[in-house]
Amino acid sequence: MMVRMAATRDGYGDALLELGGNQRVVVLEADLGKSTKSLHFRKQFPQRTISCGIGEQNMFLVGAGLAASGYIPFASTFAIFTERGFEQMRNGIARPNLAVHVCGSHGGTHTGTDGSSAQSIEDLAIYRTLPNVTVLHPCDDVSTKILTKQLVHLNSPSYTRTARNKSPVLYDGREDEIEIGKGVIHRDGNDAAIIACGILVSEALQAAQELSLEGIEVTVIDMHTIKPLDEALVLDVAKKCGKIVTAEDHSIIGGLGGAVSEYLIENYPVPMKRIGVADRFGESGESEEMLNLLGLSAPFIAEAVRKLLNS
Amino acid sequence: MSSIAELEEVARKCRVRIVDMVYNAQAGHPGGSLSEIDILVALYGTTLRVDPKNPSWEDRDRFILSKGHASPGMYAILAEHGFIQEHDLTSYRVLGGKCQGHVDAKWCPGVDFSAGSLGMGLSFGMGSALAARLDGSQRQAYVMLGDGEIQEGSVWEAAMAAVHHELGNLNVILDCNGIQNDDFCDEQMRMFDIPKKWEAFGWNVKIIDGHNMSEILEGLEFLKNSNQKPNILIARTVKGKGVSYMENNPSFHGAAPNDEQYALAMKELGVA
Repeated sequence: MMVRMAATRDGYGDALLELGGNQRVVVLEADLGKSTKSLHFRKQFPQRTISCGIGEQNMFLVGAGLAASGYIPFASTFAIFTERGFEQMRNGIARPNLAVHVCGSHGGTHTGTDGSSAQSIEDLAIYRTLPNVTVLHPCDDVSTKILTKQLVHLNSPSYTRTARNKSPVLYDGREDEIEIGKGVIHRDGNDAAIIACGILVSEALQAAQELSLEGIEVTVIDMHTIKPLDEALVLDVAKKCGKIVTAEDHSIIGGLGGAVSEYLIENYPVPMKRIGVADRFGESGESEEMLNLLGLSAPFIAEAVRKLLNS
Repeated sequence: MSSIAELEEVARKCRVRIVDMVYNAQAGHPGGSLSEIDILVALYGTTLRVDPKNPSWEDRDRFILSKGHASPGMYAILAEHGFIQEHDLTSYRVLGGKCQGHVDAKWCPGVDFSAGSLGMGLSFGMGSALAARLDGSQRQAYVMLGDGEIQEGSVWEAAMAAVHHELGNLNVILDCNGIQNDDFCDEQMRMFDIPKKWEAFGWNVKIIDGHNMSEILEGLEFLKNSNQKPNILIARTVKGKGVSYMENNPSFHGAAPNDEQYALAMKELGVA
């Protein structure tokens, strides 16, 4: 069967367009609307699209001012450039709890040939430290679209990471299962659990298939919401499987692996392995090359499971 | 409309409140509060469309104190207009108090912008002005910036963007007291011709004496012009104005008076 391929940033663009009927929704751009896909909204709703030029710090706080006056701003740029406005996000958005929704596209090493300066591998970690901020990293265009549309009801700020390049679509026909804060089980098994997000969910599913041929059955979870973490689900699979691998196209420090291990260490410690970028920067390369170079692709995830089972 | 003499008397009372707050807390920022207070008194007394009984009235004008450390000045005028009570002023920098160290909308009625980190208020004000336009409202956004503060690069991102978006309903008052945390601005980072910089960015610019009440009122009238450029009043002020030993003294950017100094301040401000 041919798997449909799509980029999560397109899901974001489609969601904004569908949200356009809501007169309170405004879109903020920093000269990357063509890339983040807010351009579709701009075309339909130019009056409610605000160009901030190449000025991310200003963009975030313009969003704060709009939110404080009852609007629902969606501001996007590359994930890496959102980081320039981190203190604005911290002091101007998270602290007063203003519902500004930031989307960082082109996240992770998967963004590829632009090289290390464009590959944000710390965004999930830094935004996760901020009180009031919901952190999302969906794995396909369908879930990105649905999660983005759910943000208008959140009444608090958020950060969503999307990716530049296409990846397998996993949620066609499963739209009803997507809800902010709820992890989704994509495969069931008792030997170990792989908790993944973003681009590595499909890699985790491939790893699970490979392991199954060896008689190893693993649970695979799409943890699209990094914060608030679906702690009940993490606890369930920790009890059921006893061994956990996390997988993310992000630094092993502070992201999904950090969130899961922080929770488990205090509640139900089990042997774990974190798949992620091992405290280094990326470099130029195609998406698949990056995942292999940095040890993030399916074979590495499968090997991590084997090692855990043999330890 | 209050007379100039009445406004000057309100300003004197506010100066007493400022010194009281900082003395009681034995911490805080008297210098920049005393330099801005004449302008705040005129703004709240004659121009700002706000309702103390309904501080979150949606169609109110917005006032954004971007130099949020100068909070005693803002608390003093909020108390004058009944947003908070006189006794709330004793909560300045006290756990659980309305009067947080830096103005904070979560804690204090009448505060529109949670400040504390410099260079953020103009962008927030721009968002407020855009929202007013989208709402089809005539309400105005007023932003008080400090002169040291405009060394932050993001201020100029906002200065550029506000002109691009033709936000004639965005008004800045720049409190040019010439002193920042460590020293005189001219020692820390010379800014040369400040009015020329704003003019070059495309703003309507007017220079006033920020302690001369009739000039301040003229300046506030100037802000009401109806063209599509944002407006800035560049107010020449004296840091610590009204308390002799604080005036133009970098030590009183962020320091409290001792007992003896407090007594002298009270005497100078006409408190028996």
